[in-house]
Amino acid sequence: MPALLEVKGLRTQFQTREGLVYAVNGVTYQLEEGETLGIVGESGCGKTVNVLSLLRLIPEPPGKIAGGQALFQGKDLLKMSSDEIRHVRGAQIAMVFQDPMTSLNPVLTIGRQLTEALELHLGMNKEQSRQRSIELLEMVGIPKAGDRLNDYPHQFSGGMRQRVMISMALSCAPQVLIADEPTTALDVTIQAQIVELVKRLRDELGMAIIWITHDLGVIAGLAKRVIVMYAGFIIEEAPVKELYGDPRHPYTLGLLGSLPRLDETLHRRLVSIEGLPPDLLGLPPGCPFAPRCVYAMDRCHKENPPLESVSPGHWKACWVDTRREKTQ
Amino acid sequence: MSNDNILLKVEDLKKHFPITQGIIFMKQIGSVKAVDGISFDIKRGETLGLVGESGCGKSTTGRVILQLHRATSGKVFFTAADHQEHELTSLKGESLRRMRRKMQMIFQDPYASLNPRMTVGDIIGEPLVIHGVARGKEVQERVEELLKVVGLNSLFANRYPHEFSGGQRQRIGVARALALNPEFIVCDEPISALDVSIQAQVVNLLEDLQAQFNLTYLFIAHDLSMVRHISSRVAVMYLGIIVELASRDELYGNPLHPYAQALLSAVPVPDPLVEEKRQRIILQGDVPSPVNPPSGCRFHTRCPIAQSICSEARPEWREATAGGEHWVACHLVQ
Repeated sequence: MPALLEVKGLRTQFQTREGLVYAVNGVTYQLEEGETLGIVGESGCGKTVNVLSLLRLIPEPPGKIAGGQALFQGKDLLKMSSDEIRHVRGAQIAMVFQDPMTSLNPVLTIGRQLTEALELHLGMNKEQSRQRSIELLEMVGIPKAGDRLNDYPHQFSGGMRQRVMISMALSCAPQVLIADEPTTALDVTIQAQIVELVKRLRDELGMAIIWITHDLGVIAGLAKRVIVMYAGFIIEEAPVKELYGDPRHPYTLGLLGSLPRLDETLHRRLVSIEGLPPDLLGLPPGCPFAPRCVYAMDRCHKENPPLESVSPGHWKACWVDTRREKTQ
Repeated sequence: MSNDNILLKVEDLKKHFPITQGIIFMKQIGSVKAVDGISFDIKRGETLGLVGESGCGKSTTGRVILQLHRATSGKVFFTAADHQEHELTSLKGESLRRMRRKMQMIFQDPYASLNPRMTVGDIIGEPLVIHGVARGKEVQERVEELLKVVGLNSLFANRYPHEFSGGQRQRIGVARALALNPEFIVCDEPISALDVSIQAQVVNLLEDLQAQFNLTYLFIAHDLSMVRHISSRVAVMYLGIIVELASRDELYGNPLHPYAQALLSAVPVPDPLVEEKRQRIILQGDVPSPVNPPSGCRFHTRCPIAQSICSEARPEWREATAGGEHWVACHLVQ
């Protein structure tokens, strides 16, 4: 069976006054039906641009999808007309954004924002869409849903707004939910509420999720498979337990080492990755991580390593065998 | 334990911000009880972590201690290395300004806390000039030395903040805080605006500097894992009060207050094997407003084990185990 979503060699660039910014540089991955995929990386690594490109939400110009394919149920999202993509967006692939404070329209009631998509995509009338909106708000755990439909976004707290965003994303029963740092702006106790909610809804509704985050902690308990991005490249991909248990790329190793753990008992010095992420204005010819890498050798500065399989389902883009290096 | 060891002692500190109505005859119609009666002490050379959710008053606590906000009531005793005890809330003018040399602050947002029109050299050198400890060429030399201490190139002194990344800016902020050789630094979420790989760089720097200059930190953060890493003791705040305070291992290993327990269980661990087995305590609802905090124990509206006494009486701030230095404010903890 083909995958639900298949991204092949996606490249996205932005034209700026300083020159061309290489935001996403040929990423390839699949999303199976009902699967939760985590995409992890630091700011500017291209994780958000990658999914915005799929939904064609990149402003063109200055942005440009320079190449690649994104097959959703066999059809290329990147080649669809704007009419076609509008029927996919929100209806079959929905998105939850990072900041619940700014992604809701402040001058429309929550009810209006919820019913809009229902009327547009599912052709419901006013009464039906109102009923469905109440059900949706109840599903995400908003008390007194019927009364709250007439409230404006500012009358909700941050966690409640994110719940509204989730109910909006799920309103048309999408096959794919893309969540872009949905808990980053929230406190940890509220984050835990939202993560539990998404897990419950995933099990009830059976949708596939792409969860984008910089927080390796959240993804550990949520995803089945994880992709690590750096400078617009996928540098490692593995099933979640393998990525945390046996990371192979030096960047992944560094990232995991730089995290203090709540259950850590011995005081150790944090591993810090020296230097800064690269400037995406011009990419070095070699591996983008080489200037910060402790294992880097000559070849790393000259040739960019391709994504290679190390075991079934586990891929890394690195010339160095970090396992051998560590034991030496 | 001798009193010598205590650098800072806070007694029943309160900070209420007035809410006013009207333009000319401003009438106070209420107050935001940002900090509402907290007591603790900080030992010389230790790092006290202060954790809590946004709006719980942790930043206000840091600022009131440094007298950047003046307290509504309560006392802050600061004992400098010369064994002189000063009560900061009663100090004014020149005597307060002299004390400021000994206590500094590192701010959360490295983009907003550096003046974009000043060079890095001027930013780091400004405290030296204001306090008259150096002038002319001395300032320049001291700035270069400080840049090296925080791991930056001393040639950077002539550049402007926009030329630096977030992590480098935070180092500049650290250098500025160190300029006057302070004894005590309030670190107000110093790493939360930084990327993961850069966070570790800054935390390692703060730890090195603490060892090198015998600094005492009040480390304010919402990242409980990082607080566990850097602190020797940890205080948990909720809605303007401290609900629990203990040594790091005691607090993380044996949290007593239901809020501390829930907070710790909400933090994800970057390990799927651990995450699979964990049982979470999911708190219901949001933090109530500090304008009208709940009666009795402030946490009772969200507490999973609340009883009738909890909404009636404010729990006493007491030592849970005799001499164990594990403090808690809860009726139900034995």
